[in-house]
Amino acid sequence: MIKALLTNWSVRIGGLLSLIFVAGALISFVWTPFDVETLTIKEKLQTPNLTYWFGTDHFGRDIFSMVMVGARTSIAVAIVAVGIGILLGVPLGLAAAARRGGLLDELIMRTNDLIFAFPSLVIAILITAVFGPGAVNAIIAIGIFNVPVFARLSRGAALSLWARDFVMAAQVAGKSAARISAEHILPNILNLLIVQGTIQFSLGILAEAGLSYVGLGAQPPIPSWGRMLAESQTMISFAPHIAIFPGMAIVLTVLGLNLMGDGLRDVFDPRLRRAR
Amino acid sequence: MSLLSIQNLSLAIHGTSILKDVSLDIAPGEVFGIIGESGSGKSMTAFSVMSLAPTGSEATGKITLNGDDLLAKSEAAMCAVRGADIGMVFQEPMTALNPVQTIGDQVAETGIIHGLPKAEARAKAREALNRVGLPEDRFRMDRYPHELSGGQRQRVVIAMAIALRPKLLIADEPTTALDVTTQAEVIDLLKGLVDEFGMGLMLITHDLALVSGVADHIAIMRHGEIVETGETKAVFAEMKHPYTRALFAASSHEPERKGDVIEDTPVLEVQNLTRDYTLPRAALLAKPGHHRAVDGVSLTIRKGENLGLVGESGCGKSTLTRAILGLEPAQGGSIKVMGETVTADLSLATRRRMQVVFQDPYGSFNPRWRVDRLITEPFQLLDSPPTGAARDQAVAEALTNVGLGQDDAEKYIHEFSGGQRQRIAIARALIIKPDLIILDEAVSALDVSIRAQILDLLAELSDKLALSYLFISHDLSVVRAVTDRVLVMQAGKIVEEGETEAVFQNPQHPYTRQLIAAAPVLESA
Repeated sequence: MIKALLTNWSVRIGGLLSLIFVAGALISFVWTPFDVETLTIKEKLQTPNLTYWFGTDHFGRDIFSMVMVGARTSIAVAIVAVGIGILLGVPLGLAAAARRGGLLDELIMRTNDLIFAFPSLVIAILITAVFGPGAVNAIIAIGIFNVPVFARLSRGAALSLWARDFVMAAQVAGKSAARISAEHILPNILNLLIVQGTIQFSLGILAEAGLSYVGLGAQPPIPSWGRMLAESQTMISFAPHIAIFPGMAIVLTVLGLNLMGDGLRDVFDPRLRRAR
Repeated sequence: MSLLSIQNLSLAIHGTSILKDVSLDIAPGEVFGIIGESGSGKSMTAFSVMSLAPTGSEATGKITLNGDDLLAKSEAAMCAVRGADIGMVFQEPMTALNPVQTIGDQVAETGIIHGLPKAEARAKAREALNRVGLPEDRFRMDRYPHELSGGQRQRVVIAMAIALRPKLLIADEPTTALDVTTQAEVIDLLKGLVDEFGMGLMLITHDLALVSGVADHIAIMRHGEIVETGETKAVFAEMKHPYTRALFAASSHEPERKGDVIEDTPVLEVQNLTRDYTLPRAALLAKPGHHRAVDGVSLTIRKGENLGLVGESGCGKSTLTRAILGLEPAQGGSIKVMGETVTADLSLATRRRMQVVFQDPYGSFNPRWRVDRLITEPFQLLDSPPTGAARDQAVAEALTNVGLGQDDAEKYIHEFSGGQRQRIAIARALIIKPDLIILDEAVSALDVSIRAQILDLLAELSDKLALSYLFISHDLSVVRAVTDRVLVMQAGKIVEEGETEAVFQNPQHPYTRQLIAAAPVLESA
């Protein structure tokens, strides 16, 4: 399995891209080339050079450092949002599958449908508009929309497992539905959750960038890719590098995570593996 | 002049030898049976003839159809041969048809691919469907596979294969997925087609009894080699090769049972049990209908007794099993195990009285657990499950009981073969020493030689531990070999009940007679 992971090109490239950004985010805690909160107006709008690798913005801040710290914001928001989705969604999905056809199942799944029916970004904007902009509210807003994704996925996968003989054997062994879900069902749907988690993670980064772009994500002076894009908008004609680098960061991270998700699915799903 | 001639065919896939020196000849109008257990290479022989062996395979030797060398043909040339000169029928009629295409389109497709105008292809398709017993007034071309039963679908698959009147028809386990009565009809149909069209039929099967009735010639395969071949009667009469004898013995194997341990204490008593399923609503506010899967079933199993339950698919056997195990609520009647009533939320004390062994040795285990954890799962039912050394002792004892080694406890389930897995399933059922074990088609998925071993094991355990079995199966010969009494179930009802030998020798109900008549019998040579 590990060998298959390491020889899969999607996993290799996607993993490398994701790793670069995670490394950038981690290093930014201890070191950035320049301080991102110090404004040095006389250095403003420099094009990329040996001192400022990605150039500087209109306040003279180093864009390379800002992209590094911005990765921190994006990753933190996305991780917590996906975590909320998994921690709430998976138990709900497993519970719905354990009580399949019952009232609890209907209740959980129809509530999910309700949440799914709203355009997610609009609701995220609504939440941040009501409770005030900021990283925490962005996390909650994005997290809520991850819940039905994981609930549906785990319910669907669990349903097919509930029909399997080994689950029936566990029932005959007197195990409760909750215990069967934890011991038999969950380990067997883990692959799916990892793959979906990777994809939701990239969507979370996009959503965070979107919220920051409209000013509802992380607030200044915390750098964020989405807000960097928004701020660069008026200067794009004469200083395109301010937009290009955070934009590239978003594109490459999302691309990397999606590639990794695809690759993980190929490796984990034996049916796809055989077809290649 | 033979129709198909295979000479010294050897096949290796990525360097692993699959077939070794396979030679056989099939004449026009002849039924040629290829018999073997799983992994014997019988299907690979068929795939080689069709040039459909998996990628990475290398074939040497010679395969000729009417003198035409098939192995020398390019893929494009083989496409012209497949369907037109060689037709193929697969095992699983449920997956061999495209669910979103009409049966007419699917049968006509073979003709269209081979360059017939659409109208002509459809005319031929209609003709083929009529021939396989799906007449126009009841089976229009625009019906979909899901509207047909398993046997009818297999007829559609056969119609696809014969639409262009191929010279050779390959049938790979064509009746394995079908009920006995349907199986008899499909075999009759194939035999009729061979006589009428003068086709050669390569009939691949694991079932000696089936082949003994229809094949003119047979070949017995093991480990990719033909161990014995010749005229069916001659092979059955002589049985030169020890493997042939072993296979023959295993097919008609009857485990030795003392059977004197039956006591009068009832282990399981089922009274007038009914089990309804709610059907989906036909309209938004319409009242949902019900389907009665089990209808007024009563049965009793005494201590040490083996009770057989026979019926075809959909008769309610499995539903009855789940109700007895207390996994689903019953709508009427009562179930008592050792005098205690079974409900959907039954106590651990009652539940520990019974265990179950399922049909599919590959689906019965959590693939992520080791054997010791798998077989000790029922310890959950005990008030004070053994731990530490006592637990290891119990694991070792259970594994030894079913003929496995103690060191197998540390392995994962994928390291075991189907037969070994079924032994592990029995060990799991035995570990808490239940009174009743429900064997739900427990030997149906196994090869004959493995099946014989498992039946012996079950008989031995039953004698040794005074176990009672509810032996559920569609396979009459197995039920006859291992049970004391038998029940015949049809459409949710028990239609006949009695001592096994009495029922088999003198069946009273017409359905029982039909079942017994349809089951292929291996005549002792």
